[in-house]
Amino acid sequence: MALSYSDVISKYEPVLGLEVHVELGTESKMFCGCNTVFGAAPNTQTCPVCLGLPGALPVVNGKAIDYTIAIGLALNCSIAPYSRFARKNYFYPDMPKNFQTSQYDEPICVNGYLDVTVDTEDGPKEFRIEIERVHMEEDTGKSLHMGGSTGRIHGADYSLLDYNRAGIPLVEIVTKVVTGTGKYAPEVARAYVSELRDILRGLGVSDVKMEQGSLRCDANVSLRLIGAEKLGTRSETKNVNSLRSVERAVRGEMIRHAELLDKGERVTQETRHFHEDTGLTTPGRSKEQAEDYRYFPEPDLVPVAPSSELVEKIRATLPEKPSVRRKKLQEAWQVPEKEMAAMINADVLDLVEDTVKLGADPTRARGWWLGEIARIANEKAVAASELSINPQDVAEIVALVAQGELTDKLARQVVEGVINGEGRPTEIIEKRGIKVVSDDSALMAAIEKAIAAQPDVAEKVRGGHIPAAGALIGAIMKETKGQADAAKVRELLLKHLGQG
Amino acid sequence: MDSERGRPNPKVIRVKCEALGKVTFMSNISRDDVANLAKLARIDLSEDDLSHLSNELAVILEAVARVQEVAGADVPPTSHPLPLKNVFREDQVRPSLTPDEALSGAPAQEEQRFKVPQILGEE
Amino acid sequence: MIKKSASEMASALSAGEITSVELTQAHLDQIANVDGDVHAFLHVDVDGAIAQARAVDEKRKSGEKVAPLAGVPLALKDVLVQKGIPTTCGSKMLEGWRPPYDSTVVTRLKENGIVILGKTNMDEFAMGSSTENSAYGPTHNPWDLSRIPGGSGGGSSAALAAFEAPLAIGTDTGGSIRQPAAVTGTVGVKPTYGGVSRYGLVAFSSSLDQAGPCARTVLDAAYLHEAIGGYDRMDSTSINEPVPAVVAAAKDGNVKGMKIGVIKELQGDGYQPGVLKLFNQSLEILASLGAEIVEVSCKYFDYALAAYYLIAPSECSSNLARFDAMRYGIRVGEGSAEEVMNATRQVGFGREVKRRIILGTYALSSGYYDAYYGSAQKVRTLISRDFENAFTKADVLVSPTAPTTAFKIGEKANDPIAMYLNDIATIPTNLAGIGGMSVPSGLAEEDGLPAGFQIMAPAMKDDRMYKVGSALEAALLTKWGRPILESAPALGAK
Repeated sequence: MALSYSDVISKYEPVLGLEVHVELGTESKMFCGCNTVFGAAPNTQTCPVCLGLPGALPVVNGKAIDYTIAIGLALNCSIAPYSRFARKNYFYPDMPKNFQTSQYDEPICVNGYLDVTVDTEDGPKEFRIEIERVHMEEDTGKSLHMGGSTGRIHGADYSLLDYNRAGIPLVEIVTKVVTGTGKYAPEVARAYVSELRDILRGLGVSDVKMEQGSLRCDANVSLRLIGAEKLGTRSETKNVNSLRSVERAVRGEMIRHAELLDKGERVTQETRHFHEDTGLTTPGRSKEQAEDYRYFPEPDLVPVAPSSELVEKIRATLPEKPSVRRKKLQEAWQVPEKEMAAMINADVLDLVEDTVKLGADPTRARGWWLGEIARIANEKAVAASELSINPQDVAEIVALVAQGELTDKLARQVVEGVINGEGRPTEIIEKRGIKVVSDDSALMAAIEKAIAAQPDVAEKVRGGHIPAAGALIGAIMKETKGQADAAKVRELLLKHLGQG
Repeated sequence: MDSERGRPNPKVIRVKCEALGKVTFMSNISRDDVANLAKLARIDLSEDDLSHLSNELAVILEAVARVQEVAGADVPPTSHPLPLKNVFREDQVRPSLTPDEALSGAPAQEEQRFKVPQILGEE
Repeated sequence: MIKKSASEMASALSAGEITSVELTQAHLDQIANVDGDVHAFLHVDVDGAIAQARAVDEKRKSGEKVAPLAGVPLALKDVLVQKGIPTTCGSKMLEGWRPPYDSTVVTRLKENGIVILGKTNMDEFAMGSSTENSAYGPTHNPWDLSRIPGGSGGGSSAALAAFEAPLAIGTDTGGSIRQPAAVTGTVGVKPTYGGVSRYGLVAFSSSLDQAGPCARTVLDAAYLHEAIGGYDRMDSTSINEPVPAVVAAAKDGNVKGMKIGVIKELQGDGYQPGVLKLFNQSLEILASLGAEIVEVSCKYFDYALAAYYLIAPSECSSNLARFDAMRYGIRVGEGSAEEVMNATRQVGFGREVKRRIILGTYALSSGYYDAYYGSAQKVRTLISRDFENAFTKADVLVSPTAPTTAFKIGEKANDPIAMYLNDIATIPTNLAGIGGMSVPSGLAEEDGLPAGFQIMAPAMKDDRMYKVGSALEAALLTKWGRPILESAPALGAK
């Protein structure tokens, strides 16, 4: 029998470990001068270095170092006075050298933390996630698996390799073991990735688009009986491509582990693949025999020893923390805590801010993003930012409603149209012929038609039974194809029937 | 061996395994050990290779294990002969190879990509 | 003309006595004449060399300034990539591979107008001391074709000794320039690590590899050293300083007042008596020239071989991982990518390379790292300290370059440890990253074969080696009356 989440947390407590990889937004690659622009034709952004040709040598991108230090400082880490690159040796066709130049026992940033706030039944609660290390490495090439039915590696006949992405600078952020989250583990995990993403975006070091892979999260989950000391066996879940997936993956794994443990079975230490459609994970490579990476210091590169001057210089350029920024917004908009949390949860805060920057009223902007748009995003199971509608659109719509060009109801139609890809607001208004009917005479015609069609209802209204007017209003709205201002219709109707 | 030309001195390679009270390392390397290493190194060693190598390696390992005699805890390791540090380049785009150049050595290619056989391992 | 030194050839070119095309053709003729016996070359770029030569001649004719060695031909060890030219590293793995880029060394040779005749034979991926590990057959020592020319750069040194080229480039990881120089009676220099760019040098052991100049005279080597050396932004381990003034030092050759340190541990048992005799005679010569001979002890040198045979295979096991039949090189086998990789690496790599890959994989394995690789890196520190200490007592340190003269082809092929011992005197310099040079010390009395005198200088002080080497060379030339190589047997069609 499938366990419920509350069953799980009544017996077990979760322990988390989160590994986030960030693609840095540098112009050139980590160890060579090839372009990093996304989407180029295959193998047009490669050179002897990132192809791993015999004789090629790496040279470190100084900007990538600066960015990594900035990330470390923003995460309250200590910047190591001396750090080194190391070779992580294993064979895989997407890795040109069959080793990854990474960092091992001497990473550039260590021992930081990130505080996140999660909405609990006792109100907002703060959790401190400790960060073990932030280090640098390089990305691999991309493979297309051909011949199979799924496009995935299983069942493929052969693969085609494109090394454009090989050598893109990556930063890996690894948390220490996260305990004490209890039933909020999924939310804490999500909040951590969300906050991390905001910080990285604020630093300008990456475009952090989870859907595009410039921000990747691997979630490690294990369970132990409440009060137990020993850690349980963990599983690592990959392919977690959105904030929502982080939360679902953690929750899903917690349930899966609990079901196994309840049956007296062992949890296998393995890597699992998360599936968006089912919210479940399937097993991947078994981690029972850990691969021997034979790490050793990279002899082709020399140590990185950032001076304290450099570190302080970078520290001085750090932008304000997202939590500080959020506090300022909250004050400016006069918004209660709960609504701030709702916006963060729906991942629309930046969108609202951008909409306000374009001149929209904060309350109205919030209303749209948190209301209609968030609802549609949820329905489609995507993030609001992935929809076709953007802050510019919403700002326009808000303005049109304020000017009386649109009613709320009509505005909703416009929003739907924009999301469906029919174009921008003004285009949709024209195409669909959306127009508020505010001309009294046109409205009167519709009103009289409705009264004529339902004389007994009209009589009821005249008799003082106001609610009956609803049926007439409905008919009038239908007649005007919803383009009449419902409030105006009601006003005129009641007046006409002697009740206004 | 020509005796007039001098033989290499065995003393140079003889190991004294009373390694100063430290753990004496077992330099025995079995055929299975070699087979596992060959797997890690992605080389399809023949049976012949495997048996030869395990003997040769055992001899070499005995010889080289003597580094432990002097590698005390107080000695820092060197991984670079030069005291260089902080060698960086500007974040500037430089010309890449053309796809033809990049693929020029490819044993097989398709659609401007390197064509490789079915990959069994996980991604 | 082909028997002259590169400097003499350069003068002749400059004076218009000969054109580069004529000079290059003369060498191509010599190659055609003798290389069937010597097998120094894996690839001769006839058309390319003539085209390069012609370009230099034209430049000179139009009055443009040319570099000192412009128009002089050179043989390039096949471990350095040259765009569009077959580069095999002596291995079957890269059979037919034509690199799409030039190594920095090649770029600089081209900038200097030096004519690259072709690629020379070597032990596969630079692993060996005899060039017997080449997948394309051994090179034969011009002094005695049944003997090895040294390794891994036997092809380059043999080419010089056979007058197939007046200049060559080699690479040295544990002695692969110096030991072949010693057993062929030529000059070979391993610069300070970082003194010559490694970009385009197919890596064997990254923290030890270094490309260097080979020639028949110390001055020639100095000119070549200045042509190829210096900072390269494509190599993070490249020294950002000007090349030491080696040509000036070679021309100076005055050792008066210099302290020459003889390393106690690098002589005695294990060294062929004739080789030691020549070494001591060379010391006497230097003393007579005004140098002071002192004895120094580097006690950790006894561990150098062991440390090297842990560090080099470890790094090489990682460096050679890229040869997997996916992007370049040969591809054999059927089935999955993994099966093809395994099959290709079994066929593509030779015995010695496989031995070192397995050894290196073992030394880096978890559980063994501290005992092997980790310990070896500590020994490296101890050896560097030995050198530092010794250099407080002497300006240069000396030893015989190799313990024996050239042995017969096949003699040590089945005894890896005996083979490794050839590098016993040269390895310490690579571990410490300092420079080392071999100059001919004479012909050993037992067998009449050449031996070398090794000179080592502190990091970045390569000029000292050239000063001492040049002084010794001049004195020995006076003693013998003619260059040693003129005693070598004549080769080729009579």
